[in-house]
Amino acid sequence: MSAKPSWTYREVPREYVRALNATKLERVFAKPFLASLDGHRDGVNCLAKHPKNLATVLSGACNGEVRIWNLTQRNCIRTIQAHEGFVQGICTRFCGNSFFTVGDDKTVKQWKMDGPGYGEEEEPLHTILGKTVYTGIDHHWKEAVFATCGQQVDIWDEQRTNPICSMTWGFDSISSVKFNPVETFLLGSCASDRNIVLYDMRQATPLKKVILDMRTNTICWNPMEVFIFTAANEDYNLYTFDMCALDTPVMVHMDHVSAVLDVDYSPTGKEFVSASFDKSIRIFPVDKSQSREVYHTKRMQHVICVKWTSNSKYIMCGSDEMNIRLWKANASEKLGVLTSREKAAKDYNQKLKEKFQHYLHIKHIARHRHLPKSIYSQIQEQCIMKEACQRKEVNRIKHSKPGSVPIVSEKKKHIVAVVK
Amino acid sequence: MQVCYMGILHSHFFVASFNSLLALSQQEELVDLPKDYLLSGSEDEGDNDGEREHQKLLEAISSLDGKNRRKLAERSEASLKVSEFNVSSEGSGEKLVLADLLEPVKTSSSLATVKKQLNRVKSKKTVELPLNKEEIERIHREVAFNKTAKVLSKWDPVVLKNRQAEQLVFPLEKEEPAIAPIEHVLSGWKARTPLEQEIFNLLHKNKQPVADPLLTPVEKASLQAMSLEEAKMRRAELQRARALQSYYEAKARREKKIKSKKYHKVVKKGKAKKALKEFEQLRKVNPAAALEELEKIEKARMMERMSLKHQNSGKWAKSKAIMAKYDLEARQAMQEQLAKNKELTQKLQVASESEEEEGGTEEKVEELLVPDVVNEVQMNADGPNPWMLRSCTSDTKEAATQEDPEQLPEPEAHEVSESGGEDRPVAEEEILLREFEERRSLRKRSELSQDAEPAGSQETKDSSSQEVLSELRVLSQKLKENDQSRKQKASSEGTIPQVQREEPATEEEEPLLLQRPERVQTLEELEELGKEECFQNKELPRPVLEGQQSERTPNNRPDAPKEKKKKEQMIDLQNLLTTQSPSVKSLAVPTIEELEDEEERNQRQMIKEAFAGDDVIRDFLKEKREAVEASKPKDVDLTLPGWGEWGGVGLKPSAKKRRRFLIKAPEGPPRKDKNLPNVIINEKRNIHTAAHQVRVLPYPFTHHWQFERTIQTPIGSTWNTQRAFQKLTTPKVVTKPGHIINPIKAEDVGYRSSSRSDLSVIQRNPKRITTRHKKQLKKSSVD
Repeated sequence: MSAKPSWTYREVPREYVRALNATKLERVFAKPFLASLDGHRDGVNCLAKHPKNLATVLSGACNGEVRIWNLTQRNCIRTIQAHEGFVQGICTRFCGNSFFTVGDDKTVKQWKMDGPGYGEEEEPLHTILGKTVYTGIDHHWKEAVFATCGQQVDIWDEQRTNPICSMTWGFDSISSVKFNPVETFLLGSCASDRNIVLYDMRQATPLKKVILDMRTNTICWNPMEVFIFTAANEDYNLYTFDMCALDTPVMVHMDHVSAVLDVDYSPTGKEFVSASFDKSIRIFPVDKSQSREVYHTKRMQHVICVKWTSNSKYIMCGSDEMNIRLWKANASEKLGVLTSREKAAKDYNQKLKEKFQHYLHIKHIARHRHLPKSIYSQIQEQCIMKEACQRKEVNRIKHSKPGSVPIVSEKKKHIVAVVK
Repeated sequence: MQVCYMGILHSHFFVASFNSLLALSQQEELVDLPKDYLLSGSEDEGDNDGEREHQKLLEAISSLDGKNRRKLAERSEASLKVSEFNVSSEGSGEKLVLADLLEPVKTSSSLATVKKQLNRVKSKKTVELPLNKEEIERIHREVAFNKTAKVLSKWDPVVLKNRQAEQLVFPLEKEEPAIAPIEHVLSGWKARTPLEQEIFNLLHKNKQPVADPLLTPVEKASLQAMSLEEAKMRRAELQRARALQSYYEAKARREKKIKSKKYHKVVKKGKAKKALKEFEQLRKVNPAAALEELEKIEKARMMERMSLKHQNSGKWAKSKAIMAKYDLEARQAMQEQLAKNKELTQKLQVASESEEEEGGTEEKVEELLVPDVVNEVQMNADGPNPWMLRSCTSDTKEAATQEDPEQLPEPEAHEVSESGGEDRPVAEEEILLREFEERRSLRKRSELSQDAEPAGSQETKDSSSQEVLSELRVLSQKLKENDQSRKQKASSEGTIPQVQREEPATEEEEPLLLQRPERVQTLEELEELGKEECFQNKELPRPVLEGQQSERTPNNRPDAPKEKKKKEQMIDLQNLLTTQSPSVKSLAVPTIEELEDEEERNQRQMIKEAFAGDDVIRDFLKEKREAVEASKPKDVDLTLPGWGEWGGVGLKPSAKKRRRFLIKAPEGPPRKDKNLPNVIINEKRNIHTAAHQVRVLPYPFTHHWQFERTIQTPIGSTWNTQRAFQKLTTPKVVTKPGHIINPIKAEDVGYRSSSRSDLSVIQRNPKRITTRHKKQLKKSSVD
């Protein structure tokens, strides 16, 4: 007899079967959609999280309406007619007592988070009348400063009606501006002349500019890795950059089949979610070029804005058809309190899935997603197009003098230039 | 005159300071002017055309005349551009240098201050043109970016650490401990009871700080006194000492635990021996100390004598006395003790002379120093182990063999004899080995002797050791026989010495070797063969083979050239004796066809030489056969030995039973490569399992065994302890439910966040460039 008891035999096949079952169960229990918050009368244009309260979410619509929602009760707790025309941007103050909105009516308005008392009228705390339309706003993470963008990037002190500094580089309209959450004096913006510009607020100067193939719609900073940010581009891709080395993106994330409109990082900094014009949202790991998850529903139209909640459990997205949808960040995760055995089983299953993720059968099951026909066919089509391009390139290289046609990597292909 | 002077000066200097200076000095210097003017005129415009010079000369001469002085005030030179402010110099496009103007000043000492000031002016440089706006902005941006990159670079290690972390728990902020620091607690507290006061006094005496550093001044001083390296060294030393101590303790404990009496006896003896040796040493080196030591020993002996330890009256002794009747060991122990007692109780002769005493001690020493192995041998000889006995005797025999009349160098044999002298317990295998070695050495010797002289005489010489070495006798017998047969054979060929030389001793040892197909063993031999063939070609077109030649031992190699001649000779002979056909044809001996031309043949030869060792086709066939065998379905033997019949070691289940329980495997489908002799088709791949396999090595792994290893280590609780299971299944990212995860902060990772707020910085210098910034700017612009 051998020293090994019989029940210890065949660990690998047994664990393999367990992993397979875990993967299948994950797909069985993948029910990510939690709730749809309806109430807006026009497409939802922007979303904002409450910095101190997980349950509160703010949204601005295309008709100038701002709504504050309670996620636990899944209802709207306050409605404000903030602007005329679009609410272009909305952001909360770091203390959570007030929030700012910018609209098409060239105004920046500051509002109290709490509603007006009985008999009081709904009025903003401050209103700043600007000269041009502001297309975005973001608040500083620690101080009473906010930044707006439009013709140029303006830094405002909350107490003043004039910007304390304006920064510009080029003459195109800037679509979005974002403060770095860690080194808070850094700003990033993207303009419609296809470039992403970084600014230093303290030195009141732009730092660097990278020009891409197509327009970047918005950027988002990684909250855990200071110098990393991701740009949502019109060319269906997302680009993760290291701001110290802009000439080559760290990763090109390519799964969408239409323009990417918004991106937001998970607070853990390991993943981000992107909203696209192709009526779906996708979740990408930071270090992978393929998405790990895609969410869509029949009724969800072009997704304009997306946010990952501060406890990294949920995702919200606002779309054209006036709804805000709430999703689980992890599709098959069980909500609520877990017993210790459940937790252990969950961890074990997770590890098994990781361990056997390269096995073809498991990989296939884990990666398979049902997609709407439009997206599916688009993917096929783009696949064919990409293949054709590649073939052509290979042929060109093959039939030209060696070295005359340079081989450009996928990462570098989309970068036009970096301007100092 | 004055106007002219002014005009000239004006035309060249726009420096305000010079103008004012000029105004000051104008009045005083007017007197000297004519002379200066003349001088400057002649010197400055030396290279001008002659006409103008001439004109000037005329003017100067006329000016010497006192009447015409006033006339000179008129401007007479031709100016290109007449202007109030800008009067050009004479040569258009010519530049006037300050040095030229200072020339006349040199001579007069009264103009020293002016000169000094002018020099200062000269040393000042003009300001360069400012860069254009874009350029400046670009430089600003670059500088700012570098600054920012520097700030960001401090996050690199943090980011890297977090990326590689086994587990990250969010939120990252550590929760503030609720316990207040001790100084806060202590501030409002006073010692009341006497005990408390006493403790307080003590603390104060030591100046023990209660607050953060927690080091008394003395401690601090001591810390400062010792450098870091010193402290490290000291600590390492201490650590080593501690480790050594612990080792020693462990060793002592282990030794104490050993139950073997024999071991302890040996140890004790060893100690005694060592002590004696030391004593000897001491006696040589330091007699006085030795005496003291001796006294001590004597004292110990006295103590021993006084005690009743060896009186056969103790409990142990009594029990042994009872046992002694039956037990040999007990008897021996008793006897030992009695002897000891006797020795102790023996009255010592009072030493009259130190020498005697010394001699006595030496005797003792000798007694003790006589290796106990001798006794052991005797004991062994008495003992029941026949192997040991044999080994000893054989060793002695071997030692006897060394007295060979030939006195051949045999290091191994000597070693054997030495070891025989030492007589340590010899294992069976060792004996066998030794015998083998002996045999080998003998063989060698026989070879040598063969080389040296004819075999017949050798026999007589070796006869002295024949009784001992039966093997040798057998060998020599064989040799003789062989030689004789050879002689018979060779007599027909006529090459006696050749054959003798060729004959290796190994042939006798392993007669099986002879039956093997003969093969060329080394490259050299092959070359020789090639040469042979050349000879053959020269002499006779027919390829001749001979098996005897190919077999050769390495020790024959050095005298190859001699052999060649002989070979040639032999070939001739063989050619004559064409009737004799070679029985075995060597595989590797290349055969040559006559018709092949030289080059091709050479080529072939080379290839054959290169691949002489490996037979590719045979290897392949063998491989294929193995693959076929491996792929055949195996019979399943379900026989259980011991069921229904007797079982045990050496018993096999009956053939009937085996037949009954053997499940014959069905004949599989025919192999795909059945009719393809040159192909092996692997049919192992199973398409049903292919889906459950990994096709390519996944990314982070660099070698397949790494991947296999990770897969083979199970992580489930079925195969692991609870602790290990928990450790193996820790998730990479853990988030606390209901907590808001804030972005990473400098304080979270131990960095100091910048004290100045961004707002204050921006308000202090809105769009303005600091002086430091300017400096950087300049530097970068210079670059």
